[in-house]
Amino acid sequence: MAAPLRRQVCAALKLMGAALDDGLGADAGQYSGIGDPFLVIKDVGKQFGNFVALERVSLNIPAGELVSFLGPSGCGKTTLLRAIAGLDPPTVGRIIQAGRDITALPPAERDFGIVFQSYALFPNLSIAENVGYGLRGAAWPKARRQQRVAELLHLVGLSDQIAKYPAQLSGGQQQRVALARALAAEPGLLLLDEPLSALDAIVRLHLRQEIRSLQQRLGVTTILVTHDQEEALSVSDRIVVMSQGRIEQVGTPEEVYAQPASPFVAGFVGRSAHFTAKVHTPVGHIAFKDLVIPADAARNLLYGEEVEVFIRPEDVELQAMGQHFAGGFPSKVTGIEFLGPICRIALEAHGLRFEADVPPVRVTELKAIPGTQLLARFRPDRLLIFRTHG
Amino acid sequence: MNRTTRPVLQALPIIRPKTSPDETLLRIIQGIGFVFLLLALAFPLTSLLLRAFEDQQGSFVGLRNFAIYVTTPSLVQSAWNSIWTAVITTCVVIPLAFAYAYGLTRSCMPGKWIFRAIMLLPILAPSLLPALSLIYLFGNQGMLRGLMGGGSIYGPWGIIGAQVFYCFPAAAIILSVALSTADGRLYEAAEALKASRFRIFMTVTLPGAMYGLVSASVVVFTLVVTDFGIPKVIGGQFNVLATDVYKQVVGRQDLNMGAVVGLVLLMPAILAFLLDRWAHGKRSATMSGRAVAYRPKPRRGRDIPALLICLLVACALLVIVAVSVWGSFIRFWPYNLSLTLDNYDFTRFDTAGWQSVWLSVKLSLITAFIGAALIFVIAYSLERGPARSLLAGPLRFLTTVPLAVPGLVLGLAYIIFFNHPANPLGIIYGTLAILVLNSIVHFYTVGHLTAVTAIRQLDPEFEAASASLHVPIWRTFGRVTLPICLPAIFEILVFLFVSAMTTVSAVIFLYGPDTKPASVAVVHMDEAGQASAAAAMACVILAISLTAKLSEIVAGRVFARFTSAWRR
Repeated sequence: MAAPLRRQVCAALKLMGAALDDGLGADAGQYSGIGDPFLVIKDVGKQFGNFVALERVSLNIPAGELVSFLGPSGCGKTTLLRAIAGLDPPTVGRIIQAGRDITALPPAERDFGIVFQSYALFPNLSIAENVGYGLRGAAWPKARRQQRVAELLHLVGLSDQIAKYPAQLSGGQQQRVALARALAAEPGLLLLDEPLSALDAIVRLHLRQEIRSLQQRLGVTTILVTHDQEEALSVSDRIVVMSQGRIEQVGTPEEVYAQPASPFVAGFVGRSAHFTAKVHTPVGHIAFKDLVIPADAARNLLYGEEVEVFIRPEDVELQAMGQHFAGGFPSKVTGIEFLGPICRIALEAHGLRFEADVPPVRVTELKAIPGTQLLARFRPDRLLIFRTHG
Repeated sequence: MNRTTRPVLQALPIIRPKTSPDETLLRIIQGIGFVFLLLALAFPLTSLLLRAFEDQQGSFVGLRNFAIYVTTPSLVQSAWNSIWTAVITTCVVIPLAFAYAYGLTRSCMPGKWIFRAIMLLPILAPSLLPALSLIYLFGNQGMLRGLMGGGSIYGPWGIIGAQVFYCFPAAAIILSVALSTADGRLYEAAEALKASRFRIFMTVTLPGAMYGLVSASVVVFTLVVTDFGIPKVIGGQFNVLATDVYKQVVGRQDLNMGAVVGLVLLMPAILAFLLDRWAHGKRSATMSGRAVAYRPKPRRGRDIPALLICLLVACALLVIVAVSVWGSFIRFWPYNLSLTLDNYDFTRFDTAGWQSVWLSVKLSLITAFIGAALIFVIAYSLERGPARSLLAGPLRFLTTVPLAVPGLVLGLAYIIFFNHPANPLGIIYGTLAILVLNSIVHFYTVGHLTAVTAIRQLDPEFEAASASLHVPIWRTFGRVTLPICLPAIFEILVFLFVSAMTTVSAVIFLYGPDTKPASVAVVHMDEAGQASAAAAMACVILAISLTAKLSEIVAGRVFARFTSAWRR
């Protein structure tokens, strides 16, 4: 097993083991608030007819963390979120929030605030009425409610829009109102279901940082469901990568990016070239056709074993032909994409297609134009290697 | 639900979610809706079905009644008459309505809103009105009798003429919806490819409207086959299915044979209903969410002919209505054309007099308010309630059934069910209650579809958001759903009111001595040879319906004004 892989799996196992223990402990109502996970998800599964949307998922979320559920559509991330919210209760498993088993409870008996992709603001109610919608009953006399609404709108920077209606606001403003509404009654858990997907790219970048800083300021445990890996990487304490109803990896953004636990994570998070190779001699080398590449992660693997290999564009080094470049192999430039701060050069060697990111000035130095040859090498410590299953 | 297909979930105990009060409430409403439609629709129809297999004494006789039916030449002849008049009416109405709808949606002719308003006029009148007008013009004392060339208006041609008027709005509405949902990008693409106008029409416009055409044809065909008022007034000796049912039940008191004819009448309606559902399913698949609405640009070669056609059709519709209105003020058609109000003194012609009118208004108001509330709340419980509950499926099916059941058949089913001596619900027989019940059920589906469309336009997460805020669902229903859906609810209200005002077929079997609606009074006065009084009563109905429709428009304007702040 490759070193990063092994490390990652161990970490994940430890995490899940912890989830099991804590889950049982928490069940007895022993939640002390410190050290114990705030939300325990244990063996949660969901089936729609013959379709298994979620397979025995177990997960542990500490208080105050922002955890992202990341995966392609249909991976079960929204199903898991809706199970946590009680909107679509799970078929099997347990969900324990703050020491209370909430698995079978309807949403109204749980303690969470939710923000939807569609905002779900009530169009016929003003912004103030929307935010104060859940603040009813004896606990919220009018003056206190008004004060709380003003406070929340100040928090999301919309104090001047209090009398307007949702349709009079921009998408980003509407989503902030939805956020204020979800936070109004100080829920223990904030659920964000693809909250930024309906917004423009620029608003999205801006708002995600706002959500993050608000979350950190309030210290509210938050789950963010997203299919946008950049969003997940930029705001999360931890990321739960999901695929086909299963958790592929749980880890910090750095871990998930640099040490993916499975070929799926390696392919889904970040950009990478993917190819199949065989473990070769000497130790710590792999071969793609007759191209032999040094790869640290292949050290502990048997000769001749088939492996899945991923290499990210930033881990490919380039040099002009004729220069000294240890381990470099000649590659043909097939295209250049200008991306602003960097250029992405598409290359091909021995039928292997990959990309390399270089600063624009380097492109000139290398005289890289489509059709020319360059020397390329993959950083041996950065090649991501997985044993082929079966 | 099959939970054993994948071993992963098999070993674990299945979660039984606790039912929330919201869900319980919606389940109860679904239950109420189910029981209501069971008692007011499914049971009566079942009794009708069973009755067709019994003799007068109530013993089971198998298919004997059907054998009698197919061996009675006059009955088979009526079935054939129904079919061929319906086919010819459809062939006349559809091209006219298509041209009219095309003018409304695809041209830049002036005065579109007037044409739209005139198009709706026939809906507001009882179907008897065009028949009365045709009799005024071409009947035995008709002013234009000479134009008939010795032929008679009393018979198939009168029926077809009146039906064309009566069915026109339904076809024109369906076709203008079909033509207005065109994707403008398809036209731009076709023009960019240098297709001729004729080719664009044949390859883009027609296929786009194809399902609308199928749907409109089906609706017109069904309307003609199941309508009772027109053949009753202008059919003369020409029998059709609808008049046969009436004769069997009212004339011969033979409920068994009536039930058989009713079932025969049900058949084309059910076929048409299934065909329409098929077309509807196809249509929704053709329009993508990202389509850009087509906007016609002015072009004289198209706009002037469109205007002429619409003018012609609109004038014809107006003339038909105007003749009845004028005729109702004439002292003695066509010999003494001086104006009088005598025909509106209904007590001279019918003992119930103006009471019929007030009864109709009362009936329609009760139907509209109870019906709209019931329909909307049940539709809401179906759309936002537990979808996989035991009752949701059957209830959803029951809401679609009334569309396929002709009024006469429903009325007949009601006599058989509610007049049965063993039925404790029989106490409502002959009262206003049975008329209300019948009217609500008869027009249920259209109202239900309007409600469903409105509810589906709401964000599907409103209820989830409100539950997460610990607000009970009835509160969100009252504060959010109802205010937003108010225009749709008003539309249902007015639709029910106008339908209950104008219908003849559903109530002709059910009224009692003290509960005779105005539309039935029109039939009776016409039967008694009081054509002018019948026309006058029809005009009163038209005026009341028109008032209701106008109030809908005014209310819509007021609502739009008060809510413009939050409407997109």
